[in-house]
Amino acid sequence: MVRDKLNSQLVKRIILLLLAYVIIQLLIAVNIINDYLQATLVTICINIILAVSLNLITGFTGQFSLGHAGFMSIGAYTCAIITMKMPTLGGFVLGVVMGAIMAAVVGFIVGLPTLRLRGDYLAIATLGMSEIIRIVFTNLDSITNGAAGLNGIPRFVNWTWLYIFVVGIILLIRNFLKSSHGRACIAIREDEVAAEAMGINTTKYKVLAFIIGAFCAGIGGALYSSYFYYIKPDLFGFLKSVDILVIVVLGGLGSISGSVLAAILLAVVSTYFQSFPEIRMILYALILIIIMIFRPQGLLGSKEISLSVFNRASKFFAFGKGEK
Amino acid sequence: MQLLAVEKLTKSFGGLTAVLNLNIELKQGELIGLIGPNGAGKTTVFNLLTGVYAPTSGSITFCKNDEKVELHGLKPHKICKSGLARTFQNIRLFKDLTVFDNVRIAMHKNVKYGLLSSFLRLPSYRREEKEIADASMELLRIFELDGKKDEYAKNLPYGEQRHLEIARALATNPDLLLLDEPAAGMNPAETARLTELIKWIREKFNLTILLIEHDMSLVMKICERIYVLDYGILIAEGTPDEIRSNKRVIEAYLGEDVSNA
Repeated sequence: MVRDKLNSQLVKRIILLLLAYVIIQLLIAVNIINDYLQATLVTICINIILAVSLNLITGFTGQFSLGHAGFMSIGAYTCAIITMKMPTLGGFVLGVVMGAIMAAVVGFIVGLPTLRLRGDYLAIATLGMSEIIRIVFTNLDSITNGAAGLNGIPRFVNWTWLYIFVVGIILLIRNFLKSSHGRACIAIREDEVAAEAMGINTTKYKVLAFIIGAFCAGIGGALYSSYFYYIKPDLFGFLKSVDILVIVVLGGLGSISGSVLAAILLAVVSTYFQSFPEIRMILYALILIIIMIFRPQGLLGSKEISLSVFNRASKFFAFGKGEK
Repeated sequence: MQLLAVEKLTKSFGGLTAVLNLNIELKQGELIGLIGPNGAGKTTVFNLLTGVYAPTSGSITFCKNDEKVELHGLKPHKICKSGLARTFQNIRLFKDLTVFDNVRIAMHKNVKYGLLSSFLRLPSYRREEKEIADASMELLRIFELDGKKDEYAKNLPYGEQRHLEIARALATNPDLLLLDEPAAGMNPAETARLTELIKWIREKFNLTILLIEHDMSLVMKICERIYVLDYGILIAEGTPDEIRSNKRVIEAYLGEDVSNA
């Protein structure tokens, strides 16, 4: 009985996910979502990946990181270099996988010593780390073409790929957080001393959250380089890290759906304001300030909205028709 | 059978010696009290036993199934895994998590399924998560918290927060339970209930308990032996009756004049 209910929920969710995919795919096909809007769509998807992965580190595990753009750039450069050497679909997939793995490896190397630090100190250490990565890419002329960046990266990313990665990453991170390993991470955020006393290896789980976060950021970077043809070190500076952090804080530290919502909202706001270029950044900042004053915990706090919202909505409408 | 042996344990913070040459011995199944005036070093002893502080010198040996484990120098989570669990003097629950999650988190050390299993929700994940949920609910039922399993820990009344902390410590499945002032802030009726509860969980979970407490009604009633600490030095050891009439203990608590009068 319970099992049937679960299964029917699962089926509903799969249908909803497919529906969202098909609708947008159709809109692209009939050119309602034109090239310009498509670029916005790609930005939203990549920002969702970056924000959700940073939320795992900062919102759920409580480790304040300002270096997410660093991990993103590793994924972007790795994927770009591999796809430029192997401009095939196989090369692209290899590029994304290698980009993610490289970012995770760097996450591990950097995380092990720095995660002993707390709060502001960790933020500054991760900031330094991402600057080091950026400067290394600037100076590795022979491989990365230095400050001028890499141009003409073959494009393989389309809506289908993005959707697969976004949904996949959200599902994997959600599943992780609902497991005992994920609860261990959340316990660290709540009270590190108590978590350690309850048998949780806090160092291990902090580094683990960092590695998973870096891995996903690497994927985000890889998708970025493959869609936008062109990358340079400056794209992955301090401001990029802050942009991602803004999405996380705005959506709510500790809320995956909040990150998704905030990524969409900010992209929409920023696109809408394109028509007033002079005051665009001022309005953007103003909106952030207003939201932070009235919702200091972020749009969703640490709550989640899930697809069950649609269930409730559909029940509500069904009720009107006299069913159930 | 000996469960815990503390030998010549010393802890200095710079020039201040918080604990000096402490010897404690706990036998399997005992219920022991650790008392002393404020600042005597009781909580420091707990922090040394659970690895929050590393001892300056001395040894802590834990004997489990005839296997000796040296606890000094181990990290707290390792010590927890070898079978010590504790509560905190100023409650340290995971405040913004539910009552249920507080207990489930403490069961982490027995989890066997790996990362892949949790990412993909493999059968081992489902099976073990169900076991964890069932065991957590059973613990909550014992502490009469099962009705509040979805409440945030911070929203519980004070007494129930204390109970939840004990439940959480028990969820780690310990052999030795360290209670740091479990009755602090409770009224006499609550303390009486807690006294019964401590006795009962000792039987039910086959525990050895070491507790710090200021409430003498609780200590004298349930402890089989008592250690008295003053300025980091052990000044007395014995049954409640012996401690009650011990001159040095009275001096430490009330001052010299009183005992001479």
